[in-house]
Amino acid sequence: MKAKNQRLALIGAALVALIAAVLLAMSALKDQAAFFYAPGDVAGKPLPLGKAVRLGGMVEKGSVQKQSDGVTIDFIVGDGVAKVPVRFTGVTPDLFREGSGVVAEGQFEPNGSFLASNLLAKHDERYMPPQAAGKMHKTETLAQ
Amino acid sequence: MMAEAGLAALWLATAFALLQLVLAAVGVAIAMRTEAAELAKGMIHVSAREAASELMRAVRPVAVVQGVLVVVAFAALVAVFVSSDMSVLLVVDNSHSLKPLIYKIAGTWGNHEGSMLLWVMVLGIAGAFVALAERSLDAKTLTATLGAQALIALGFYAYLAFASNPFTRINPAPVDGNGLNPLLQDPGLAFHPPTLYLGYVGLSVAFSFAVGALVTREVGPRFARAMRPWALGAWILLTIGITAGSYWAYYELGWGGWWFWDPTENASLMPWLAATALLHSVTVLATRDGLRAWTIMLAVVAFSMSMVGTFLVRSGVLVSVHAFAVDPTRGTFLLALLALYIGGALLLFGARIGTVTAGTTFELVSREAGLVLNNLLLSVVLGIVLIGTIYPVIAQAMGVQLSIGPPFFNKTAGPIALVLMAALAAGPLLRWRRDSARTLGRRMLVPVGASALALVVVLIAAPGIGLLPLLGLVLAPGLAVGSVMPLAGRNLLRTPLYIWGMVLAHVGVAVAVSGMASDTAFTRERLVALHVGESTDVGPFQVTLKSIAPALGPNWSALEAELVVAEQGSTFTLRPQQRFFSAPPQVTNESAIKTLWNGQLYTVLGREDGGRWQLRLWWKPFVTLIWAGGGLIGVGGAVSLLGRLRRERRVAKRQAPAEALA
Repeated sequence: MKAKNQRLALIGAALVALIAAVLLAMSALKDQAAFFYAPGDVAGKPLPLGKAVRLGGMVEKGSVQKQSDGVTIDFIVGDGVAKVPVRFTGVTPDLFREGSGVVAEGQFEPNGSFLASNLLAKHDERYMPPQAAGKMHKTETLAQ
Repeated sequence: MMAEAGLAALWLATAFALLQLVLAAVGVAIAMRTEAAELAKGMIHVSAREAASELMRAVRPVAVVQGVLVVVAFAALVAVFVSSDMSVLLVVDNSHSLKPLIYKIAGTWGNHEGSMLLWVMVLGIAGAFVALAERSLDAKTLTATLGAQALIALGFYAYLAFASNPFTRINPAPVDGNGLNPLLQDPGLAFHPPTLYLGYVGLSVAFSFAVGALVTREVGPRFARAMRPWALGAWILLTIGITAGSYWAYYELGWGGWWFWDPTENASLMPWLAATALLHSVTVLATRDGLRAWTIMLAVVAFSMSMVGTFLVRSGVLVSVHAFAVDPTRGTFLLALLALYIGGALLLFGARIGTVTAGTTFELVSREAGLVLNNLLLSVVLGIVLIGTIYPVIAQAMGVQLSIGPPFFNKTAGPIALVLMAALAAGPLLRWRRDSARTLGRRMLVPVGASALALVVVLIAAPGIGLLPLLGLVLAPGLAVGSVMPLAGRNLLRTPLYIWGMVLAHVGVAVAVSGMASDTAFTRERLVALHVGESTDVGPFQVTLKSIAPALGPNWSALEAELVVAEQGSTFTLRPQQRFFSAPPQVTNESAIKTLWNGQLYTVLGREDGGRWQLRLWWKPFVTLIWAGGGLIGVGGAVSLLGRLRRERRVAKRQAPAEALA
């Protein structure tokens, strides 16, 4: 093969690889992207059932209830607009506590509650999920 | 005083970087113009030549001074942290006088400003090192390289000076600081980020070489040999950093996982993927003078990925588990730097690549083609990881909140990684330039046989495991056998070190993949709440909660569980803890892990509830192979680097007397 043709073939191969990556990623994104909801986003609207999603907000003060098996907890995630009851089985993360920010990964149940398979609390104690921060800021302004 | 000294050193370093850039730019410009004029007129301009070489000679010492100054600045910051000078804002926010010394030092870079200063310090040291040690490159290309280094450094100096000053004072000074996040108080933190930064910056040096070669139009084997140790060194450090980071997250976060596809992890994986592709293609350029434009492009991509990584982690655009500060000015500043560097590099690439002639050609079945396939597959994986990582950021900018988790990456990158494994077994068995498919097929019989045997064994011993782990367990033995085959028929003592390095690294991939597959397929998990004295079982183990007792550390107190584990007559004890830190007030779970020859028993103590204690137990067969494999890959890289450097030195020695005679 001539040098020039080889270079063209290489450019072609690189383009094919690039397009393949994009197409593959895009097709997988369609059903694998976990959308992020704040409690206010789902209040009074049809729930995104049967899909892995994330729910972010603040753990309501006084809402954490332990179940009898010793490893399951129920609590309420709120964003100042609405509240969603959440159930989680497992060891809660180190930074999980009432009144601080949390991101729950899992699914909505048909009754409007949320079944979490994983809880994320931020390393940084100054952390608050941006959407919760935004919402709370909004409600604060409204209250004033 | 110390803080002011540090700030002064930082500003001086900035000034020297500017000087370095100007001297290099003017010197190279004069030199190139003179050469062009000489070519056109057929006469030699002695004075212009001398002026150019005078300017270019001055660049080296300036680069060294710049490196020394930024080290001084960083040392000043470390000193401020060690002495717990609470009049410095950064110390107040991130340190505490009662912290153990190692975490006072590590705390220097356990925060945004300090970690950026560490970044430029490593950059400065690398620049000084290039200036002192690089001998094989021609003066013009080397000077252009140092100019590019200075330009990169200037952006970060500006960032530190205007958006992220680590030496800002606070008045009045508080009595004590807020402390460092307890999760970050771990030996892992002391070494993990600096290792990754060294890797990132090593890629920036490779990038600077590429810019230097593009500016002076000297893209060829000589440039490739100068760049290769940097690409390889950066790659080794990234490999170690990623492996160590994975193990750190595994034992420290207490989730029992070793890779979460967290954006911050991806930020280190993407440069690694690009660097892996680069160090394979740079070998083609160095030994066969092929893939010229390709290699330059990969150097640009690798550096871009390390910049994207820095941007993602440091700008706070991510809702990630370990991104630091959320500050829009900083994010915008970093984004501007990112756009400037990558855009500039791509523009230069576009403008100059036409003048880089095509290199030596090769056949479709050849070592070169195998390496091109490696590069293409790595690029696809890189593209997928990049899309999966930045898509949520872009979606967020458009007002949609979403996250991309492990299912996405496993589904897309997983299968391609397996294809890459198969290609990896075949690649080293190919000859340079031209080979026949038939002889390759004959050579592949042994690895394919090993995989077939593995398939039978796995199907009989462990029916019903998932497809991805099954393929991993089947392909790994084939890859291991195929990787060792280049040694067959060689005198092992006379085999060059870089061949040994390649073999070790490729076997390391097989080892790591078998660990990943085994962990995915065979992990057993148990989540229970037990009274003291009660037992449970996980995998082949019987675990008894014997007692809960208090324990005390330097700056924490803890509750410690005593778990007695019995397995076929033998017993051992594990002591997972719940630690309480006072500054900042926080609880962490310290996992306790027992490493056996065939895997790890991983135990976490959870919360207390009505006299019962939560326990989370995992039995993870052969999970250790993941990091053993990662370590082996790094060792292979190091052996290879050693072999290359020794060979270069021998070649240089042989050439030096010849040049002296001429």
